[in-house]
Amino acid sequence: MENLTGYLIVSAILFSIGTIGVLTRKNAIVIFMCIELMLNAVNLTFIAFSRHFGHLDGQIFVLFVMTVAAAEASVGLALMISFYKNKESIDVDDVNMMKW
Amino acid sequence: METLFFAIISLVAIISAILVITCKNPINSALALIMTFFCLATYYVMLDAPFMAAVQVMVYAGAIMVLIVFTIMLLNIRVNATQKHSHKVLLGSIIGLFTLINAVALLFKSQAAKPVGTYSVEMINKIGHSELIGKEMFTTFLLPFEITSILLLVAIIGSVVLAKKKI
Repeated sequence: MENLTGYLIVSAILFSIGTIGVLTRKNAIVIFMCIELMLNAVNLTFIAFSRHFGHLDGQIFVLFVMTVAAAEASVGLALMISFYKNKESIDVDDVNMMKW
Repeated sequence: METLFFAIISLVAIISAILVITCKNPINSALALIMTFFCLATYYVMLDAPFMAAVQVMVYAGAIMVLIVFTIMLLNIRVNATQKHSHKVLLGSIIGLFTLINAVALLFKSQAAKPVGTYSVEMINKIGHSELIGKEMFTTFLLPFEITSILLLVAIIGSVVLAKKKI
């Protein structure tokens, strides 16, 4: 319980690494994986706080986050497949129709 | 002993997370991400949440990563070595670094409240973690649980509609 800070720091580091990946990579699938990494960092925070406070609410919330991530994975990957069919690549720079 | 174990797991988790964003081939990124998920499952065991660790391994490292790896193999993308990044590596890194600094500064400035809940480690060891989770989920969180099923239905229909050529 005294190690709560350690878990939170690891979670913050993982979240920032995920942020850097989302902002700098071109491949849409890698960006997607970085989003999964950020979701997992948040899950770690939830479970660490749940353990610290003695509530189970955080862990239930982690279950819901996992469900949403699974739904997001299926829809997102279907989007990428249809995008690849249209553009023959999955670089996010090729989606520039709405670019100003 | 536990501190040493925590340090080793943290090192592996952070190194594999860095590998996720630096690997050239998406398959290598996916394998590094699976490693990170296993490290997080280890953390959950250390935090007395064994059911969450099992769910993490089954849902994340199992289902979602298999889906991602299958998509990578299905698309069979040619690795283009010269254009891995978009041209804003420095800016993105600065923003990420500031996110980290912000989070850590907030962490050290604030103070966590005292434990207020009723669940303790002894209770989890005696009754069982999955039973406690199940009881909480099917009583207090019943409505969100039911709404989750609708979300999954929407995801199924959406992915079928998106991936199909002609409906």
